[in-house]
Amino acid sequence: MEFFVFVCAALMILLGAVGVIVRKHPVHAALSLVLTLFGVAVLFVAQEAHFLAAVQVIVYAGAIVVLFLFVIMLLGVDRVENLRTEPLTAQRPLAIITCLGLVGVLVAAIVNGNGVLNERGEGINLPDLQNGPDANTVQLAESIFSRYVVAFEVTSVLLVIAVVGTVLLTRKAKSSAK
Amino acid sequence: MISLSLTPTSSWYLILSAVLFAIGTFGVLVRRNPLVMFMCIELMLNAVNLSFVTLARELNDINGQTIVFFVMVVAAAEVVVGLGIIVSIMRNRSAMTVDDLAELKG
Repeated sequence: MEFFVFVCAALMILLGAVGVIVRKHPVHAALSLVLTLFGVAVLFVAQEAHFLAAVQVIVYAGAIVVLFLFVIMLLGVDRVENLRTEPLTAQRPLAIITCLGLVGVLVAAIVNGNGVLNERGEGINLPDLQNGPDANTVQLAESIFSRYVVAFEVTSVLLVIAVVGTVLLTRKAKSSAK
Repeated sequence: MISLSLTPTSSWYLILSAVLFAIGTFGVLVRRNPLVMFMCIELMLNAVNLSFVTLARELNDINGQTIVFFVMVVAAAEVVVGLGIIVSIMRNRSAMTVDDLAELKG
């Protein structure tokens, strides 16, 4: 059963990711990105990270992709990139070689390091009759609001800075100097 | 080594995450549309999130999921700022690729 879920989600992720980089229309790329994000959310559920799966769907597949589509509409949807011509000579073969090398190095490290790391955490609570249905959310909240509470507060400052900076960046400049 | 039984182990998830990261890297290197490049950065962030969650389960440690939470927040802030920059650059231009931004003075 978990094998079936993994294969389906992996197919969603890989098809969506390939779609992002081969579709020449940015709207199609954004919709392929939604497929990938949902696949990642499915794998989060398969690995008992239920709260993160919900956040993944709401924040990524909801807010961020809508933001992308909004900007695409704002800048004009009909600007289609020409993928046939190669702007830089021999860039694509070099990029393919680089990425294959990256995959090779990472897979070699994963296969070699398999089982090196030992269990050292305090354990992840799984939803059951004893822990209740919201065990993952409760445990994550305890972690965020106790051990990482300073990082959480700094994150709020970061969000305020991002909002103010974006408003400052995108407002219309005054037409003439005073 | 990777076991050949049909139950996905952590290595399967990590290898999928590595492939997803490489696809994102390829997109950033090859594509010329700044919006699509941003989407590829999102792919790379998701690959890292997937490996964090996998290792959290592998190591039986909730802190991996906590980090993913913070990565998501920072990714949202990054997308907001990045799209703001793209909008403010591209608003008055007809061209839509990063190659057209080669000169320093706009």
